[in-house]
Amino acid sequence: MNFSVADIGAVLPEIIVAVYACAVLLIEPFLPKDRRDVLAYFGFAALGLAFWGTSRVMWTDLSVLNGMFVLDPFGNFFKLLLYVAAAMTILLSMGYLKREGIHLGEYYAFVLFATCGMMILVSASDLITVFLGLELMSITFYILAGFKRFEEKSLEAAAKYFILGSFSTGILLFGISLLYGLSGTTNLQALALHLRGTELQSPAWILAMILLVVGFGFKIAAVPFHMWAPDVYEGAPTPVTAFLSVGSKAASFAVFIRVFIEALGGMQSDWRPLLISLSVVTIVTGNVVALVQTNIKRMLAYSSVAHAGYALIGLIVGDALGIFSLMLYMLVYAFMTLGAFGVVTLLRREGVEGDEIRDFAGLARKDRLTAFAMLIFMFSLAGIPPTAGFVAKFYIFMAAVNAHLTWLVVLGVVFTAVSAYFYLRVVMVMYMKEPDQAVQLVAPRGAVVVLAVAAAAVLLLGIYPSPFLDYAQQAVLKLR
Amino acid sequence: MNGNMGHLLSILIFLPLAGAVVLAFFPGNDAGVRRIALGLTVAAFLVSIPLLGSFDPSSQGMQFVERVPWVPSFHIEYAVGVDGISLLFVLLTTLLSPICVLASWTAVTARVKEFMIALLVMEAAMIGVFVSLDFVLFYVFWEAMLIPMYLIIGVWGGPNRIYAAIKFFLYTLAGSLLLLVAIIVLYFSGGRTFDILHLMGQPYPAAVQVWIFWAFFLAFAIKVPMFPFHTWLPDAHVEAPTAGSVILAGILLKMGGYGFLRFCLPMVPQASRSFTGIVLALSAIAILYGAYMALAQTDLKKLIAYSSVSHMGFVTLGIFVLNAQGIEGALLQMVNHGITTGALFLLVGMLYDRTHSRQIADYGGIARPMPRYGAMLSIFALSSLGLPGMNSFVGEFLVLLGAFMTHAGIAVAATLGVILAAVYLLWMVQRVLFGPITTSDNARLMDLGGREMAILVPLVVLVFAIGFYPDPLLSLMHASVNHLLTQVNVAAPLQLSEVWTRP
Repeated sequence: MNFSVADIGAVLPEIIVAVYACAVLLIEPFLPKDRRDVLAYFGFAALGLAFWGTSRVMWTDLSVLNGMFVLDPFGNFFKLLLYVAAAMTILLSMGYLKREGIHLGEYYAFVLFATCGMMILVSASDLITVFLGLELMSITFYILAGFKRFEEKSLEAAAKYFILGSFSTGILLFGISLLYGLSGTTNLQALALHLRGTELQSPAWILAMILLVVGFGFKIAAVPFHMWAPDVYEGAPTPVTAFLSVGSKAASFAVFIRVFIEALGGMQSDWRPLLISLSVVTIVTGNVVALVQTNIKRMLAYSSVAHAGYALIGLIVGDALGIFSLMLYMLVYAFMTLGAFGVVTLLRREGVEGDEIRDFAGLARKDRLTAFAMLIFMFSLAGIPPTAGFVAKFYIFMAAVNAHLTWLVVLGVVFTAVSAYFYLRVVMVMYMKEPDQAVQLVAPRGAVVVLAVAAAAVLLLGIYPSPFLDYAQQAVLKLR
Repeated sequence: MNGNMGHLLSILIFLPLAGAVVLAFFPGNDAGVRRIALGLTVAAFLVSIPLLGSFDPSSQGMQFVERVPWVPSFHIEYAVGVDGISLLFVLLTTLLSPICVLASWTAVTARVKEFMIALLVMEAAMIGVFVSLDFVLFYVFWEAMLIPMYLIIGVWGGPNRIYAAIKFFLYTLAGSLLLLVAIIVLYFSGGRTFDILHLMGQPYPAAVQVWIFWAFFLAFAIKVPMFPFHTWLPDAHVEAPTAGSVILAGILLKMGGYGFLRFCLPMVPQASRSFTGIVLALSAIAILYGAYMALAQTDLKKLIAYSSVSHMGFVTLGIFVLNAQGIEGALLQMVNHGITTGALFLLVGMLYDRTHSRQIADYGGIARPMPRYGAMLSIFALSSLGLPGMNSFVGEFLVLLGAFMTHAGIAVAATLGVILAAVYLLWMVQRVLFGPITTSDNARLMDLGGREMAILVPLVVLVFAIGFYPDPLLSLMHASVNHLLTQVNVAAPLQLSEVWTRP
């Protein structure tokens, strides 16, 4: 067992976030109730420090802790994205928790723990580390989903997510154990070597691969493993929903790529048809079912399902262009989704959250800027230029055409047109309906910052994406 | 060449855009907003005039070209330029924009600032569409245009505006998304470039050409709109506010025709030549069907909307007969249609502002209380039906001339459309302007005021100027159209059997 101080340095961002999370738990009892905002600032400090640390080692490429953990630009790209998403989540939460009467200090600790889990996930180079990160992330999300503990919907969300989540984790674990049994290793590179060395493959490899697809498919909410998403998205506190939809999806895609390209790259001809069919049903189901939703959180849940289908195309292609396009997609998706959920947190109908689409009626007349921000997010989710959503889809489609999957692109664009209908409906309700006086708008400073940052990012990425593209291209996963 | 005016096109795009941003933060009242918007659109028009002066009509190439790398890693550029095909559309856009602002002067009273911002963004995007030399840039403008137009119809439109706005948006979006796929396919088969000029005249494989042709066809045919993709147009026109209808009829529809000329013919010439029969047949159907439908309408705007379908049929007819007369006629017809139909929509809007009705049955004899209005409506109706000495005659005549040279049968059918146009337009004029005055309210209608005359008179001048002396406009096109024809005629049409038996 080799162990060096340098290894500690490589995992320092994770350590920082974990230590701060524990510190939050320790400080919380000693704080007066009305000063719990301090814990949020504590969270910003943790994320800021981690951001600084990760950006210092952005371009380092090194494997530490006996190959359990890898520090590379690919992982770091996702980590930076996760820090921003977590910080924006905390900003959204501060006002939201107070309004909902659930402003408890543990919340911030859980957000940090979840972030830590995601960080481990994107840097894992061993299936055991993958499992560790996944569980840390999932378990904290089970708790966060039920954080509105006086509300039935929230409890239902937590229970549903927990039961289905544990089930899928079990399946994933089964796949991991099969792989270990077949190759005698859980290390991703060793697995790849093993795959390259064997001529005849046991069908058990295929079975293991399918089990992993199920496990990861659940996390990214791909159809048919998406059943939990609408209920959990609807029931969970909205900032948690945002973080779940952005952070958990990005981290899961990162590890999905790492495991399937790096370890199981040799089986691409086996998993490609499977993922293609997964992507097709995900795009179709997500977009079609979203059409009939009346609750904006459920609609965004199905939209997030559909977006997972589009992002999957990047993994299916699997070359540098494909992985790059998926990374870009996650970046863009993070800002537009956080922004959209951010707007949802601002609406109040008779003291509770206004999360029905009709609650948006006449928003453009009540608050021009918020409505305009929502308009940007909706057009971006629909993929209309000059917003970031277009850029993201454009490169995914380019990667697919380059890989001779033009038919998949045609299917993708047809359902993009379908999706425009339900995104446009929100814009229509905001701009073309009479205002509903029962719905009030709150505007806490934190949420305003989130909306401004997200809207600016969506426009910037849409109009001048070049620096971000170059950045993502340099950070594309390098195979060792 | 054009050295000291290098940034003219960028100024044209960014002036309205910057104006829209400034307007968003403008604290003043509605009157101030209107004046600023008018000032900006007039300024853009003035900036566009030097384009005409320094344009070199003897050159087939792009002029006033600007190129700046936009996304270097994928060879995407901010590249703009005009040639004889796009120049007139740019001028048409800058001409109609101030007219749209003026037409909304009193008609739009709610949320004036947002309306003017939408109009300005619209103008920038429309100019962008016509001057883009990079396919991605083109697509961004092409799609971005949908957002302000959706809002213009949906927020400031008539009673059924929401349905019309969504229908408009989804129809056009569905068509243009396949265009996006075609753009990406061209990028990879055309040597990894989005440069429009570079993508022309490349020997794409036959099967690729066929697919790309149909993707182009769908996108542009919906925009034109060609039969049977026209159903969004009557709805959008009827519900849109006057300015929206003018933009739709005057400029948006032209983008379909422009798309055929700029992309479809020069990039996939062989496939285009193989499918001319289908397009020509659809054009003839559109001419007759649009005219036939126009005969049956009781709503003025719907009548003009269907007449647009008919008139745009001449455009696609002219483009796909693939000779100089046809294409120049189609280009001129597009400009004429922009002027004449734009004016007709303005006239309907002016009447609607007074009476809040667009039903033909509600009128009769209004030439007596409104003599100036009567004169104007007559002039533009006659222009629209192609009376010699007026603008549309020249365009339609050239198109028919071109069609008779190659497809006499279709030309005969199209000529029937001209006759039908005379029927429905004259009948409309008769029912609205002449006969007994049916209600006492109509007897007291105010005639056109100074602002309204100021909008219409320049268009009247253009109607007669183009009608009597079209040569200055046509001479701008010659070089570019001839170049286009050499690009199209460079290779034989595809043998379709060879496409399907390809391994």
